[in-house]
Amino acid sequence: MVKKEMIAMLLAGGQGSRLGVLTSKVAKPAVAFGGKYRIIDFPLSNCINSNVDTVGVLTQYQPLRLNTHIGIGIPWDLDRNVGGVSILSPHEKNTGSEWYAGTANAIYQNLDYMEEFNPDYVLILSGDHIYKMDYEEMLAFHKKNNADVTIAVMPVPIEEASRFGVVIADEEHRIQEFEEKPKHPRSNLASMGIYIFSWPALKESLLACSDVPGCDFGKHVIPYCHEKGERIFAYEFTGYWKDVGTLSSYWEANMELIDIVPEFNLYEDYWKIYTKSSAIPPQYVSDKGSITRCIVGNDSEINGQINSCVIGAGVTIGEGSVVKNSIIMKDVTIGSGCVIDKAIIAENVTIGDNVTLGIGSDVPNNFRPDIYNSELVTIGENSVIPDGVQIGKNTAISGVTTKEDYENGILESGGTLIKAGDR
Amino acid sequence: MRAVGIILAGGNSAKMGDLTNKRAVAAMPIAGSFRSIDFALSNMSNSHVGRVAVLTQFNSRSLNEHLNSSKWWDFGRKNGGLYVFTPTITKENGDWYRGTADAIYQNLDFLKRSHEPYVIIASADAVCKMDYSKILEYHIDKKADITIVCTKADGIDVSRFGTIKVNEDGQVVEFEEKSGTSDYDMISTGVYVIRRRLLIDLIEEAAEEEKFDFVKDILVRYKNVKRMCAYVNDTYWRNIATVEDYYETNMDFLKEDVRKHFWREYPPVYSKVTDLPPAKYNPGASVKNSLVSSGCIVNGTVDNSLLFKKVFVGNNCVIKNSIILNDVYLGDNIYIENCIVESHSTLRANSRYVGEGEIKIVAEEGERYDW
Repeated sequence: MVKKEMIAMLLAGGQGSRLGVLTSKVAKPAVAFGGKYRIIDFPLSNCINSNVDTVGVLTQYQPLRLNTHIGIGIPWDLDRNVGGVSILSPHEKNTGSEWYAGTANAIYQNLDYMEEFNPDYVLILSGDHIYKMDYEEMLAFHKKNNADVTIAVMPVPIEEASRFGVVIADEEHRIQEFEEKPKHPRSNLASMGIYIFSWPALKESLLACSDVPGCDFGKHVIPYCHEKGERIFAYEFTGYWKDVGTLSSYWEANMELIDIVPEFNLYEDYWKIYTKSSAIPPQYVSDKGSITRCIVGNDSEINGQINSCVIGAGVTIGEGSVVKNSIIMKDVTIGSGCVIDKAIIAENVTIGDNVTLGIGSDVPNNFRPDIYNSELVTIGENSVIPDGVQIGKNTAISGVTTKEDYENGILESGGTLIKAGDR
Repeated sequence: MRAVGIILAGGNSAKMGDLTNKRAVAAMPIAGSFRSIDFALSNMSNSHVGRVAVLTQFNSRSLNEHLNSSKWWDFGRKNGGLYVFTPTITKENGDWYRGTADAIYQNLDFLKRSHEPYVIIASADAVCKMDYSKILEYHIDKKADITIVCTKADGIDVSRFGTIKVNEDGQVVEFEEKSGTSDYDMISTGVYVIRRRLLIDLIEEAAEEEKFDFVKDILVRYKNVKRMCAYVNDTYWRNIATVEDYYETNMDFLKEDVRKHFWREYPPVYSKVTDLPPAKYNPGASVKNSLVSSGCIVNGTVDNSLLFKKVFVGNNCVIKNSIILNDVYLGDNIYIENCIVESHSTLRANSRYVGEGEIKIVAEEGERYDW
């Protein structure tokens, strides 16, 4: 008989629209991070490091990159005879077809998958956070409290607590009340979107809530369990945890890796982060190159000056180019004589010679100031930037652009240049 | 594919000095991220040779560790795949491999149970890209009994290799093994194509006569009896089995055309994937004309050198014209020039290592602090 004590369900279907052009072609969990990784590598590695060897990955938005990245799970040792990693996409049923309409709805539509493994516990994860966490410890906490549901929470500064769903727990960590983005928070414990459910509680609540439109854990399932009087506990996590949902937080989390001893350290042998890496050759720094305060991926060729950057694999930077405070994802080619400051350049972008990125003043973006801000230049994957153009701050570019797209060779600060079909 | 593969990876080399104290030549780290045997394995895989035997006996722990999974070279297959044969004691035999022919003889069942008509034999101590399927085509075209892959001896010390004289027809007319000096301008690369049935016969014959070396007792002996043809390889080829050649071959990867040949042109060279983070350059790092591998942390100066995986370079270190192998820790203020630093070494702060006139091999097992 097949039996797994705890299986994980990893929600990876969201677009992450606040990452703008970075997620126009890929789901947020597939966005590159830290010069080598993709965001989903963190929860997946946490799973295998926590001895959770059965993981269902729920995909919906632009799943191609995720599918090829995960494959049969070899990099995470999740290629198993029983269990391992399975990609769970929305599918047609004889009762009708529907997309995943909410976090809990997505899990509900995969009850059959979970049932196959006879789990005692189900771990619900989201695929868009950067952290290292031992889910086994959380499970021990869950068992010790004889809980029906355990929610991972972390203390945040009380003035920021109003941005989160916060929980109010008693001395025994049992949750008394929930507040969703409260104006005057009564607690600083924010929910991290990580849950352990005892299987009967999960199954019962998903079935009970199955008719709720857009059924969501935070909004519907947890309140339902709470009302029913189930034992819900808060598991306090105090390590590094970063939501990289916005361009500025994504940029910051990458830049934090550059610190001499970063708070989130990828260089420890303990609790390794695994990923599918295709580039094996070492990186080459030429006589003309200079690198300081950077992390650089395999197979890159650096001929320019780079300072405070996170550079992916297979990147070429031409002679005389100066790149600062930027995130350059894999297979990007930057010509010679470029000056680049505070840019996020997605995979496989080609930048011509003598291009300037990130100059001028801090003018708000004309298209989506809520997305493109913090003086960042954001360039979507497979874009092409022609020789000699200048691009200002708070800008977004996507698609193959030519000289004609730049008035007088300039995209002013706050400008947006998204070629047809790429929005 | 119509051939099975045999990779001869047994060898030690006295000329490798202390470098092969702890590993076979086949497991020598190359170009930052690779091992010597990766080239032969990748060639096999890229030539669609689906069944490959690696014959190894000397100091094979490191090699076995590298080959612990065959999936990196795409040999993780239900049919065929990678077979690693170390000597075993059997009812008939209690010996180690007494030579290359003996190594094949002791594993003759592998050949007997194959059904492919040809065998490609390659050695694991050469850095090259070869399309074995082209060589096999040539072999069939030429109606050869044995095809020997050769390369021009330009600038290569021929005394370590079999030297060959070829006629206009591409046929081998002379073959001398490690003769010291030779007038012939071709050397054998240690890659051969031969019909499987013929190889079995020749190996069995040699074994009966207590002859154990494939080159001396089979190739040289039959050079005028069997039809031997030479296939000339005209792309990059280097054997790494001396300290100088090992050093030079690694340094070659600082040249753009060599990197392009191996890393930018199809097909790729594969290696075991390690889960190391990207290399990190802290303030104080100054790296020029060098290769840096994943997992490195650089705080000092690196010039005209190769840093293999997971090397830590302390503050104010200067590394010049040197090769730092895997997992080396360099404390602060170390000066290194013309050296090969053995893997897992820990070098104390303020020390100085300079190879004067020749390449110095440094192996230090100092105390390691956590970093």
